[in-house]
Amino acid sequence: MYLVCLSLITIAPVTDVQAADKPNDAGSNIDITWILSPDDAFIEYYSVLRRSSQDTVEQYIGRTKYGICTFEDNTAQDNTVYTYVVATVSGSEIARSKPSNPCRSYPQVFHSGRINVLICILIFSALVLYFVRRARHDKNLFIRKIAGLAAVEDAIGRATEMGKPILYVPGLWDIDSTATIASMNILGEIAKKIARYDTPLIVTNRWSVTYTISKEIVKEAFISQGHPDKFKNDYIRYLTEDQFGFAAAVNGIMIREKPAANFFIGYFWAESLILAETGAMTGAIQIAGTDAVNQLPFFVTACDYTLLGEELYAASAYLSREPLLLGALKAQDFGKVLALAMLVAITILAFFGLHLSSVMTVR
Amino acid sequence: MKRTLPLAICLVIGVSMVIQFFIPHPVSLRYNSTILTWVIILTAFALILAIGNVFVHHGNRIIKQQPGWFYSAVTIVSMVIVAIIGLFWGIGGQSLFQKIYLNILSPLAATMFALLAYYMASAAYRAFKARSIESFMLLAAAFIVMIGFMPFGQYIHPRLPEFAEWIMQVPNMASKRGIQIGIAFGAIATALKIILGIERSWLGGKD
Repeated sequence: MYLVCLSLITIAPVTDVQAADKPNDAGSNIDITWILSPDDAFIEYYSVLRRSSQDTVEQYIGRTKYGICTFEDNTAQDNTVYTYVVATVSGSEIARSKPSNPCRSYPQVFHSGRINVLICILIFSALVLYFVRRARHDKNLFIRKIAGLAAVEDAIGRATEMGKPILYVPGLWDIDSTATIASMNILGEIAKKIARYDTPLIVTNRWSVTYTISKEIVKEAFISQGHPDKFKNDYIRYLTEDQFGFAAAVNGIMIREKPAANFFIGYFWAESLILAETGAMTGAIQIAGTDAVNQLPFFVTACDYTLLGEELYAASAYLSREPLLLGALKAQDFGKVLALAMLVAITILAFFGLHLSSVMTVR
Repeated sequence: MKRTLPLAICLVIGVSMVIQFFIPHPVSLRYNSTILTWVIILTAFALILAIGNVFVHHGNRIIKQQPGWFYSAVTIVSMVIVAIIGLFWGIGGQSLFQKIYLNILSPLAATMFALLAYYMASAAYRAFKARSIESFMLLAAAFIVMIGFMPFGQYIHPRLPEFAEWIMQVPNMASKRGIQIGIAFGAIATALKIILGIERSWLGGKD
């Protein structure tokens, strides 16, 4: 009886079909929205039809399930005006909506959803430039002692006294990672210190680009210290791109060549503990630094010193003691104070029912 | 000139890539994909140098008959054989290259990964010695979380799993996020310093 009743119902079309250019995109996209048919529970699907000024008939461009009132047309030609019709389909019955407003797609030249990022970058850049400028005049900027970096000199000295090499692993990410770039900066500073002694260095690389860059950085560091003759091509080694193959190769170097000091500076994954534990077993002094939060506990456990997160990015300034770099560190601290103030303010406002967390969302 | 040119290239490319992030226009997307294509080309050239390094390093070890030279010979022979197989017989689903990858390389990688369990045990033994108040707190938190997440944790106290979850979601998450905020600022500052030429360690120093 119920089925018979259903078959007698004439389905109602969707209403208020609206077409609008998809915001913040490269063009060719139009968003279509509508108010669901009152008979949504009984229908099969909605068909979306499109017509341009050149078309004589409407073109079928896709369909959505019942209960869904949006559709994205990805096949629009920029600057062509279209109208859309949504057809409600139930078996052989079709109910057409009224045509939508005319609409055309076009590419945007600014992503308005990222304006919060732009503002943050501008504020932070201004802070960096201000503190760098200030550092030119104020040469005595205070920087707290970072135990891991203070121990670098000791580690190099120990290796020199023992006549054993120093191992440097610049992480497992390629050069497009900021952690690897920071690691390369630290490598430059450490290589300068090594160049003053007659201590062999082993830099193991997972990626070919980091291999070539680390080679140039170490070579330049030796030249800058007036010891280009001490640099050997064999100091910089390319191993393999395979994650655990790399870990096995570094472990082999640690066991065979017994470095007196190991530096694990950069981004690491699961191999962090494999490397650090093997190094601890060989008795080497170990200094690690990573921004991989999940790997920090492993390094803290197995290494003598660990640079936690942002300390990795402060290391180059700390080691070189260059006032301009130290000025940038001050900007980092002020940036954190600002971020903290914003978080506190947004949290307090949330208690009063004003939710501004979407302001922080990056689209 | 030796320093100025790389610094100028770094500034121009760095600033243009930041601007590109805010422009969804097809011209901007094409620029981004062109740069990424250049990266692939550069990587290909760098790979030639890197493979050359493998040959020279291990070749020297073999020629000088250094301790463990046999392993160097295995490395070079394996690399050459696999490269030849891949180049001449392809790397498709049923190829010999894939068989070597699936039956030799993957099990070896899995073996290395499996070692992690033993390393965890030895590291945990070292970490969980209550030598100070901090290490005692670490030990206590780890103990509660471990017991809480085990099936029998709820029999010790019905609210123990809930408490373990709270440790993970509140104090642990808060400290992780604190570190991550610091990392974000550090990463942006490092990028800015390099783009603006303030950080020059990658060029060998200040001058």
